[in-house]
Amino acid sequence: MTETPVLQVDGLVKHYPVRGGLFGRAVAHVRAVDGISFAIAPGETLGLVGESGCGKSTVGKAILRLVEPTAGRVTLEGEDITALGRAAMIAKRRRMQVIFQDPYSSLNPRMTAGDIVQEPLVNFGIGTRAEQRERVDALFARVGLRPDQRRNYPHEFSGGQRQRLGIARALALGPSIIIGDEPVSALDVSVQAQVINLMVDLQEELKLSYLFVAHDLGVVEHISHRVAVMYLGKIVEIAPRAALFETPLHPYTEALLAAVPVAHPRLRRKRIVLKGDVPSPINPPPGCRFHTRCPIAVPLCREVEPPLIANAAGHAVACHLRSA
Amino acid sequence: MAFDAAEAPVLVVDGLRTEFATGEGPPSVAVHDLSFTVRRGETLCIVGESGCGKSLTALSILRLLPRPYGRIGAGRVLLDGQDLAQISDAEMRAVRGRAISMIFQEPMSSLNPVLTIGRQIAETVMVHEQLDWSACMGRALEMLRQVRIPEPERRLQEYPHQLSGGMRQRVMIAMALVCRPRVLLADEPTTALDVTIQAQILDLVRDLQQETGTAVILITHDLGVVAEMAERVLVMYAGNKVEEGSVTEIFDAPTHPYTRGLMAAMPHLGGGQGHRGRLNEIPGVVPALHARPPGCSFAPRCPLVLDKCRVEAPPLLGVGGTHAAACWVTAGNA
Repeated sequence: MTETPVLQVDGLVKHYPVRGGLFGRAVAHVRAVDGISFAIAPGETLGLVGESGCGKSTVGKAILRLVEPTAGRVTLEGEDITALGRAAMIAKRRRMQVIFQDPYSSLNPRMTAGDIVQEPLVNFGIGTRAEQRERVDALFARVGLRPDQRRNYPHEFSGGQRQRLGIARALALGPSIIIGDEPVSALDVSVQAQVINLMVDLQEELKLSYLFVAHDLGVVEHISHRVAVMYLGKIVEIAPRAALFETPLHPYTEALLAAVPVAHPRLRRKRIVLKGDVPSPINPPPGCRFHTRCPIAVPLCREVEPPLIANAAGHAVACHLRSA
Repeated sequence: MAFDAAEAPVLVVDGLRTEFATGEGPPSVAVHDLSFTVRRGETLCIVGESGCGKSLTALSILRLLPRPYGRIGAGRVLLDGQDLAQISDAEMRAVRGRAISMIFQEPMSSLNPVLTIGRQIAETVMVHEQLDWSACMGRALEMLRQVRIPEPERRLQEYPHQLSGGMRQRVMIAMALVCRPRVLLADEPTTALDVTIQAQILDLVRDLQQETGTAVILITHDLGVVAEMAERVLVMYAGNKVEEGSVTEIFDAPTHPYTRGLMAAMPHLGGGQGHRGRLNEIPGVVPALHARPPGCSFAPRCPLVLDKCRVEAPPLLGVGGTHAAACWVTAGNA
């Protein structure tokens, strides 16, 4: 990558204290995100996948500083935003927006659709009222909502339309990157396709970057340029899309791909099913965090944590036994 | 799978109509004239999107529709020849959990949080079979072993919150199968689970079905799950059966425009659409229950719609083998 990345994350850590006892002291920490690094180029989509509890949503929140990172650095368009004060951070949010999974709970039920999309413009004092209204109309048209729906309230929209509304709101300030936290997971397949197509079109038109956090590997393969796989707070593999899906290296990535249901009944196969559940992020296993479920683990894996090592093609894997 | 096509079906749903009373006017019809059969050891997948009536079909079979608004307006639900739509509530209670049982999407909300796992499974046995408590607990333990829960003796004493999502769904399956039901209704049993846990649960259901010969009706929105599990498939849209066939018939030659649209809309691994190519969109949304159009309910969203479709609803028309679709254009000769 020769261009300056839009977003660069270095050694991001987020530990949540578990409080207990009489004085509510931290008795343990949930190590939700435990030192992860990646960069996203302009116009690029990085898919971030993993199972529940792996910390993928926390990554998005920590980058946005909706939760304060415990350690690490987040650089947005070349500027370190980790240490910015509240006011400076608010200004930065113009460049970095978010779309949430549940369009029901992320839209104010007492505001009209038009006001919801206009609100960011009002907050940042962009343009006159008339100009703002024009911009809202343009945004409505762009995401496929009718101008007369401006006066409707969120409950009057379907799930897919609400997600379009969330996208219009995110676009209002002209961000360079949008963080989507499971943005299509709550939608039916036919509507999900509409929203995915819209996101791809907008990206090409506006040169947007996306951090696309999702658990659906089919969707991630479709939309991403590069993909990072997380397990228990760590990135275990990160690679260009084709390399990750065609030649996965980490045993966890392999297992994740093998677990995806087949696309045609004739492709049914006997698969290697991972045993057991994900261990608790309060006490992650020593060494490689995946060793407790790994089909190829050796004694070394229980003791030494494998570093994430990349090859020249940008395929990185954290495994003692597999190298890129 | 070990089932004989000549054998009489275990469950016959015939002309089922599920309706909801509205404040005024005629009731809203949520499931319209639905018929299907399931044989011993067979897996039937009912697939469709939110609001298509697939869950209400299961609730109708079990007579668990929300009272007093929901009711079976017409049709028969024959379990080994006995019409469940006609029997008394007491008789129905003897059927539920014994002859037919059900597992739901969210295991946490279907388990009682203040009772131990063992107690909840044993209770089912206690209600249906005249056994003493220790024998019931014995059955519960055996069942936990069968659904491959590690350390079953310890788990028996634990409460639902102490288990992971996958383990809870195993407990639900144990509870559902403890009386060896003839039919298992599974409503989105893996939707709330991660993909590696989903694979474990689907394998488990398949293995247990082979051991016990239970007929499984699997309700899902995920065509991948259908491709993995089904022998026969029923596609529903807005309360109607729009297509039916064997799993290979449906996947080789989807016939109804809705089924075709659904398959093309789904991005899947190594999918043929090409990276970031356009996914097929089905324009618009499922019509609301009270605003279903006359004629074919898919007509407003259908790319192949004819004038006739907007007036007259197409019947289910055979397209060869066991495959049938309700479409004037692709199945008929309009």
